[in-house]
Amino acid sequence: MNMLYKPVILWTDALIYLLVIVVLAFVWYVRRNEHMLAPWRRVGHSASGMAALTVLVFFIAIGLLDTVHFRPAVENSGNSEQVYSVEVLSLLDVIAEPLRTRVEKTYSAPFAAHLYARETIELPDGGQVREFPRLQFGGAHLQNPDVQLAVDVAERAAAGAAQGFLGWCVLVVLLGGLLARQDNAGLLPTLSAIRRGTTEIPWNAVLLTLMLILSLLGAALALSTHYHIFGTDKVGQDVFYQSLKSIRTGLVIGTLTTLMMLPFALLLGIMAGYFRGWVDDVIQYIYTTLSSIPGVLLIAAAVLMMQVYMETHPELFDTIAARADLRLLFLCIILGVTSWTGLCRLLRGETLKLREMEYIQAAHAFGVSHWRIISRHILPNVMHIVLIATVMDFSGLVLAEAVLSYVGVGVDPSMISFGTMINAARLEMAREPMVWWALLSAFGFMFALVLSANLFADAVQDAFNPRVRTWSLKAGKLRRTERTKTPESKPVAAAAKDSNPP
Amino acid sequence: MNPLLQIDNLETVLHTGATPVRAVDGLTLQIMQGETFALLGESGCGKSMTALSVMRLLPEVGEIVAGSIRIGGEDLLLLPEAAMRNVRGKRISMIFQEPMLSLNPVMTVAEQIGEVLQRHFNLRGAAQQQRVLEILNQVGIPDAERRMAEYPFQFSGGMKQRVMIAMALAGEPELLIADEPTTALDVTIQAQVLDLMRDLQQRSGMAILLITHDLGVVAEMAQKVAVMYAGEIVETATRAEFFHSPAHPYSRKLFASLPGKNKRDQGLAVISGSVPPLSREFVGCRFADRCDHAWDLCRTTAPGWSAVVAGHQVRCHLFDQTAGSVLHSSAVKAAETAPQGIPAAPSAVFNSELLRVVDLKVHFPIHKGLMKRVAGYVKAVDGVSLTIAQGGTLALVGESGCGKTTVGKGILQLIPPTAGSVRYDGLELVGLERKQLRAKRAEFQIIFQDPYSSLNPRMRIIDIIEEGMNALNVRNNDRADHAGQQSSSRQGQKVDALLQRVGLPPETKWRYPHEFSGGQRQRIAIARALAVNPRLLICDEPTSALDVSVQAQILNLLKELQASLGLAYLFITHNISVVEYLADEVAVMYLGRIVEWGSVDEVLGNPKHPYTQALLSAVPVIELNPKREVIRLHGDLPSPANPPAGCHFHPRCPHAMPVCHETYPGSSSFGSTHTVRCHLYPQPQNSSTLQPQGAETIA
Amino acid sequence: MLNYIIRRMLYAIPILIGVNLITFTLFFVVNTPDDMARMQLGIKRVTPEAIEKWKHERGYDKPLMLNDGEEGAAKFTHTIFFEKSAAMFAFDFGRADDGRDIAHEIKSRMLPSLAIALPVFLLGLLVYITFALVMAFFRATYVDFWGVVLCVALMSISSLFYIIGGQFLISKLWHLVPISGYGGGLDAGKFLVLPVIIGVISGAGASTRWYRTIFLEEMSKDYVRTARAKGLPESVVLFRHVLRNAMIPILTGAVVVIPLLFLGSLIAESFFGIPGLGSYTIDAINSQDFAVVRAMVFLGSLLYIIGLILTDISYTLVDPRIRLE
Repeated sequence: MNMLYKPVILWTDALIYLLVIVVLAFVWYVRRNEHMLAPWRRVGHSASGMAALTVLVFFIAIGLLDTVHFRPAVENSGNSEQVYSVEVLSLLDVIAEPLRTRVEKTYSAPFAAHLYARETIELPDGGQVREFPRLQFGGAHLQNPDVQLAVDVAERAAAGAAQGFLGWCVLVVLLGGLLARQDNAGLLPTLSAIRRGTTEIPWNAVLLTLMLILSLLGAALALSTHYHIFGTDKVGQDVFYQSLKSIRTGLVIGTLTTLMMLPFALLLGIMAGYFRGWVDDVIQYIYTTLSSIPGVLLIAAAVLMMQVYMETHPELFDTIAARADLRLLFLCIILGVTSWTGLCRLLRGETLKLREMEYIQAAHAFGVSHWRIISRHILPNVMHIVLIATVMDFSGLVLAEAVLSYVGVGVDPSMISFGTMINAARLEMAREPMVWWALLSAFGFMFALVLSANLFADAVQDAFNPRVRTWSLKAGKLRRTERTKTPESKPVAAAAKDSNPP
Repeated sequence: MNPLLQIDNLETVLHTGATPVRAVDGLTLQIMQGETFALLGESGCGKSMTALSVMRLLPEVGEIVAGSIRIGGEDLLLLPEAAMRNVRGKRISMIFQEPMLSLNPVMTVAEQIGEVLQRHFNLRGAAQQQRVLEILNQVGIPDAERRMAEYPFQFSGGMKQRVMIAMALAGEPELLIADEPTTALDVTIQAQVLDLMRDLQQRSGMAILLITHDLGVVAEMAQKVAVMYAGEIVETATRAEFFHSPAHPYSRKLFASLPGKNKRDQGLAVISGSVPPLSREFVGCRFADRCDHAWDLCRTTAPGWSAVVAGHQVRCHLFDQTAGSVLHSSAVKAAETAPQGIPAAPSAVFNSELLRVVDLKVHFPIHKGLMKRVAGYVKAVDGVSLTIAQGGTLALVGESGCGKTTVGKGILQLIPPTAGSVRYDGLELVGLERKQLRAKRAEFQIIFQDPYSSLNPRMRIIDIIEEGMNALNVRNNDRADHAGQQSSSRQGQKVDALLQRVGLPPETKWRYPHEFSGGQRQRIAIARALAVNPRLLICDEPTSALDVSVQAQILNLLKELQASLGLAYLFITHNISVVEYLADEVAVMYLGRIVEWGSVDEVLGNPKHPYTQALLSAVPVIELNPKREVIRLHGDLPSPANPPAGCHFHPRCPHAMPVCHETYPGSSSFGSTHTVRCHLYPQPQNSSTLQPQGAETIA
Repeated sequence: MLNYIIRRMLYAIPILIGVNLITFTLFFVVNTPDDMARMQLGIKRVTPEAIEKWKHERGYDKPLMLNDGEEGAAKFTHTIFFEKSAAMFAFDFGRADDGRDIAHEIKSRMLPSLAIALPVFLLGLLVYITFALVMAFFRATYVDFWGVVLCVALMSISSLFYIIGGQFLISKLWHLVPISGYGGGLDAGKFLVLPVIIGVISGAGASTRWYRTIFLEEMSKDYVRTARAKGLPESVVLFRHVLRNAMIPILTGAVVVIPLLFLGSLIAESFFGIPGLGSYTIDAINSQDFAVVRAMVFLGSLLYIIGLILTDISYTLVDPRIRLE
């Protein structure tokens, strides 16, 4: 049987699928347990957290699209054996086909119709002129770019944004209908409740963010078919495409690192705190030793050694993508090894506290086995720490990737990431006039990703660890609106009834 | 005479959850110059918020929404913050419940007191130090000159509270607000601190607003009493009037629910339910839902103030002359004192011995020095022997830090004992393999003090109760050859039965612990222990974290369970009145050893050991004119790491003799069951021959 | 207390041995010296002689852990592990690929590193604590709210952006200070201004927010209420009571990094062309100079362990509860 595509599952792909399954299972489990749902409800009540989550959903969607890899079939000459390209593509590559394939000669600025460098062009009459040649793809449909460009860009942007807005309107109505059906209310009252922000989940914040994203996305999509909206890089590749591809790298580093280190940190941290004695001594020794090597240096040393290993064993990887992917995985593992000590220490401390709790003493009095005490009593009671640590670490790891790639111990140079983008663009800083677009779009995308991750992490921390409140003002605002509301809504009779003694 | 403090219609709201909590709701009171005014109430009724409102030191979520607070005619609520600061610490001072947390850990005591002097009297330098020393001497800090340069952690709990009082006195206030000043302290220390407060008040003539939940403390200290319930005051009276004839049904119930000797043969009166959440809107009387005398009027109309006699007012329709159906006050009284109908424990057969502990020792090593070698031991339990009869109750009494909890855990092998023997039903438990021990674990169980940490917050009630049954393979039916399905449904039935047994509806098994109140949680903890059909229950202060009315419910339950199931209890407590109510035998512990042991009548009625005598005399009593001589103990409990030589009690003992510094006394017997370890009484032959030197020094 | 410090120092020995084991495993076991030689000399055209020569120059031509060719103690001492470890503990790091003595190089590069790192550290501490105090003082107002928003935004920006942006704005656009470089003496000032400012700003978000959390946690404690009940103004409460207690976690968290200041900052130094240890490390990584990277790893852990000991000492200084017990 001949197929048009041969699916490829890289190592990180497999782990991402695993992560998705874990997350889905966790969601399913949480939904069934009221006490676990309660803190997530509090996350849901945070406007900044939900707005951040909306942005994150888009990033995650792009990252997941970029995770489904395959090798396309190559046209073959009637042979029964199907041959596949050595190039590994992802769904995102297919969707963004025009962006990927429309390669210019070299640098061009955003929305430019001309190259960024003068070139000598032979005129038909044999003479030569030095001028900025037209781009092969960007703005190629324009007759006279100098006049038409601004108008054309504005028109297309407006049309795209309008489409995005239209899509948003459809979404709003759908959501309103859904909520209205849930509450058995009319559509219009529900919509006005959303607008006023009186719904339980701050849908107004979510929808506002959504409107912004959809309009921008619509405009970007409409423009990107005819222009390089973020310009092109040295080899003429579209920077917008590179930025989209970088998202997956950032997400992989931010999530898989934690996934790698979690088992170690959980097992060792809880064991050290629970068993104490020599087990504790050994585990403490291990993590003190590991954490005493400054992180960057340990990572640098480990990555250097990994490079040597890969250089001397080229036979292990069949494609460039597989090689780059394995390097990414190793980077995650190395980052995990250097970062598990912090969480391990936290978990040890918490377990030390928990083991003195009276319910664990009671379990001992029943002769419950150590394993059951750990899995039923301790593990569920430290999960909030794990969760907070995971979301807090994410943004730090995304930022670290850029620095490490800059230092030269990050991802494979062939892999597109924020770090490699910055690294490549930085060399052009000195150029006059400056090539700024690649840097700015890398930083911009990174900022959006990290900021939304940070805001979401804050919301999670607030919800799971009420002791450390980061936004105290919000409670104050909420309080004021509620105070004015109370007089009209007092279910006096009901309240009096249900407090009767049973 | 004008009142010193006049609070009118104070309303304080806490914005914590979805709905605001009206912590103080229309409170009015007045305090005269130099008088001690007690504000009495259970936890969560708004006492502390009242005090913090007066100081204008409410937490950030708190807000005073209405009312006025006048001190000497000046309305504090109208003062700007800067002017209010001149009132705080100067005209009104406050001391708090937790002296351990209320002092700044990194500032010396002198600095912290000197701060007040500098702020309000602009006293600096040597003059300030001189005054600090004076005040510290005044509050009875021994060796004050040296200790004023020390940090709070170097002081014991009682001493810290003295420092707090010194700090409050430094401003020479007209009013001292004391928020549960002795709740965190042991009875003997509480007696010292209360003494000090009384003494200082007499000397300085300041007024005291004493906030407490303890009727005993009120009886000892107050001139006037106000009872607070659910954010408002329901009764005010002079102390004599209040203790002679409490009027409000709530006040009466509080008295009736106190355990004590005279109630041994009956159940305690309980107030059903619990304090209603203050986030709720009230229409009628706030107590109506829990009141035995409530009728329609109570549920629809909030009662106003009615005078019982002059100076004794109550907020209850029963005393409202215009309300129509006036119940006779004596009828109310009769209804209150009627026993709740729990049969007294049948005279259990005390001859068969269930548990025998001989010379139990639990020592914790102290690591010190370069190589962390063992430098010494904290002798938490140092040679405790006791026996518990089948179906009997032994109360182990002592102050915090005496090792009584460690005894309980040592018996259960939750902490491996250092030495000694624990025989349960003839089987030696010390040194038993984990597996063999597990086979016996179902026989003895434990109930803990803190109902909030004794249930895993992530488990449903059914899982909590079934945990022990599963771990120990306990089946309801003794025939073990049931199919899995059947036995699990049988187990489900058993959980239902257990919950009903402890007074909770079976549907609650699907819920999580956070949905229950403290008393309900304690019931669940009892159900969990009962699930494995134990014969011995070790109750480690099971009621000390609960309010009096809830305590009564739990004590009733324990007593009823003992009567129906024939359980034996080792009841670990510091509360003498609970002992009087529940115990058959009493063992008094001091610094890791039992100093006196006998039946409850012998030990409590005729205490022989000076420590027991002092302990009993320090318990505040709620009689109006207590004709008792209070033995005041000096100093604090020494560290069990370094107990005094000879009799551990000699540094605090009023009867200490030279021999007490030398040797630990042997046990002297009074009758067949009452033994005491004290040199005041004839020593047994073998011990005096063992230490002839000690005897010589006396001669 | 002296006992305590001696014990902490003794405890450092097994940790250093552990660090040495880890670095040895990384540098000599994961890849054999042969692999490294092949890598450095170029995979394709490499002769066995060239590999031997490369190994001999660096002293890598001995067995790893156990020398079967020798007798007695030499069995263990004539190995790469022993010789390299022993040299490391004697601060003899050997020579870099360019033939220079690493120890000497480290000594001469420490000062420039410290010249940026120390001002960044001190100025940063001052600025962050000040801002955190201001936010804590105005807690639950708009000052606090927008302060936190600003902190989160600052935290979300890559440190590379601060450097590139700062260089572009201040040096390239405004020509205020040289874009990069380093000079001795008074001249150093103009080169250091920009890296120091950027260093302080890039750490501002996370640190300020963390200090604010510490302050707020202290302010929720009971002793603060006691201080207010004395009639003390809020500023006195904050400075005399809260600050003193909050300084315990802040100072001890800061002390641990003081020795590490010698190592400088990897990125800032390479961007600003400062001849410190950070740029030395980066150059070594880029040219795959294993000896230098190994030396830096060892030095880094040594300094960290010194930092831990200093932390313990500083605890005893600021916290009377530890000092007096």
